[in-house]
Amino acid sequence: MVFSFDLLVNAVVSGILIGGFYAAVTSGVSLSFGILDIVNIAHPAFIILGSYLAYVANATLGVDPIVASIVMMPLFYVLGSGIYQIYYVSFEKRGQESLRGLAFFFGLLFITEVTLVLYFGVDYRYVEAAYIGPSWHFAMLDIPLRILVPCLVSLALTAGLQIFLTHSFLGRAVMAVAQDQLALRLMAVDPIKIKRIAFGISIATASLAGAFLIIIQPVEPSVGREYIGRIFAICVLGGMGSLPGTVIAAMLLGIVESLTSTFYGPSWAPAVSFGFLLLTLAVRPAGLLGR
Amino acid sequence: MRTPVFLLIWLVVSAAVFAASVWLGNDYIFFAGYVVLQYVVLGTAWNILGGYCGYVNFGSAAFFALGAYSTVAIYKLTTENDLYGMPIPVLMLIGGVVSGVVGFGMGYLTLRLRGAFFAIATLALAVVLQTLVVNWDYVGGSRGAYIIRPEQIEPVGNYIRYLFLIMMLLAVAAITTARLIEHSRLGYGFASIRDDELAAEASGVPTLRLKLIATTISGALMGMAGAPFPYYIGYLQPSSTFGLDYAVNSIAMPLIGGTTSWVGPLIGALLLGSLQQIATVTISSAVNLLIVGFLLVIFVIIAPNGIVGLIHTFLQRKPEDFVGRRPVEAEMPGRVP
Repeated sequence: MVFSFDLLVNAVVSGILIGGFYAAVTSGVSLSFGILDIVNIAHPAFIILGSYLAYVANATLGVDPIVASIVMMPLFYVLGSGIYQIYYVSFEKRGQESLRGLAFFFGLLFITEVTLVLYFGVDYRYVEAAYIGPSWHFAMLDIPLRILVPCLVSLALTAGLQIFLTHSFLGRAVMAVAQDQLALRLMAVDPIKIKRIAFGISIATASLAGAFLIIIQPVEPSVGREYIGRIFAICVLGGMGSLPGTVIAAMLLGIVESLTSTFYGPSWAPAVSFGFLLLTLAVRPAGLLGR
Repeated sequence: MRTPVFLLIWLVVSAAVFAASVWLGNDYIFFAGYVVLQYVVLGTAWNILGGYCGYVNFGSAAFFALGAYSTVAIYKLTTENDLYGMPIPVLMLIGGVVSGVVGFGMGYLTLRLRGAFFAIATLALAVVLQTLVVNWDYVGGSRGAYIIRPEQIEPVGNYIRYLFLIMMLLAVAAITTARLIEHSRLGYGFASIRDDELAAEASGVPTLRLKLIATTISGALMGMAGAPFPYYIGYLQPSSTFGLDYAVNSIAMPLIGGTTSWVGPLIGALLLGSLQQIATVTISSAVNLLIVGFLLVIFVIIAPNGIVGLIHTFLQRKPEDFVGRRPVEAEMPGRVP
């Protein structure tokens, strides 16, 4: 492929935009894995679930997918806190979260995927909205709105989460529960309740991220698996539990992936995140903005 | 029981099973039995790392596929250059070496960190290896690869019987290895890592080296299980070879059977494998995967020690337990971060 400046700039810009979307996808995991230390590998499955619910709402009622997913966030919150309750009672309380807890989430991932396959089949599904299709043109830049809109909403979501974590009592309690449960208990706060709330929020973000995903690309049930490597690579690279780090890492990964698929072909893109993950783990396990 | 005696008993059992299957005369038994035995190997291999050391490997499919694709690569190499095809036991050794080396490399990069990172890396490994294979035209790329299976082989006769026999021997080898590890210094080292890695490290157990040994053995066995697969299936395609069902099955079988000894994966694989074969024929293959998923989740929640654990607690109950006295359950104190 001929190397040209136009191509390079466009690849970088679309990488940044995709990175914004990755930030939304990862912020949930940053919360659960980074802060609560719950290795929720089923997160991508919940994102796909969000995509399908947005698809159903869009196809049957004609609702905008983002609006639909925001409406469905409370539902995901309830689902998330329910899952945490099961996880806590069966694994965390018994001190078995490392092996059986992981297997539990893997089972959830698998059940969700197979159920979606059984119900919807393996055809690709997509949504319709006014901003899907047109692009903005500046000089040599091409900005498709279907990526710009999710990117902006996603950055707003991540910023909102960050403000919640640093400026509200509940958010500070969430940060504290990661550090010292006993101290939190001395403040008359139930750490389990805080964790339940935080995990609920983490799953709730999956609803929105799912809508973004189906806006950006057509979705079929196994697409989520490609995101497992990506999500955890971003989470680890950004520094566990740091949302600003997550945004930076997400954009970095977005740019590298976009450059790879522009200059080497899109079929190589999934390998990039894995390289990132291994490199980070080998060189700087604490991540970019790790504490 | 001494290991040679143990091995001998299993060889006799295998011979009996093989003779019985031949006597029944239906080749379908060999086709179905091959898959069940393959899961015995995969489950046992997973358990050497997962059950004994407590490190979760989600990439069983990747190691399995590595074995299968090294066979494809060698098959292409030999047929294109008009060489004689290699016998399956040699292919298994090669597959085992390839997967073992990859397991070692992965382990070296991630096992120094917390356990979760290893699990995530294995999950991502499957995606990356699939990307590599899809982009590698020599082994068929995304179109897949055909392998022409010989009709007959001396002295077994029908080729599928030969494959069945080989897989059975591998299963016996895997079980014997697992049992051997259990009763050796290596096994006690593994158990100390599983129970408390920090304490093990502090008392001089070379944890990283032991973990690497476990990863290598486990990966190699998975690769060996995958090596004959192209000959079994005839047409190998990346998306099914790297499928999540291998990963979920090789985790579900030990966890459902019981992870602390070699018996668990064996029971789990025989039960779940046969159940799946029956469900695939009578219901559908997607539904049987759903059954496995649900069984996995239910078992890890309700019966943490699997079927073996259930049998144990049942046998150890004293009469007074049945009239209302419950054993005192020690609650875990807060986890040290």
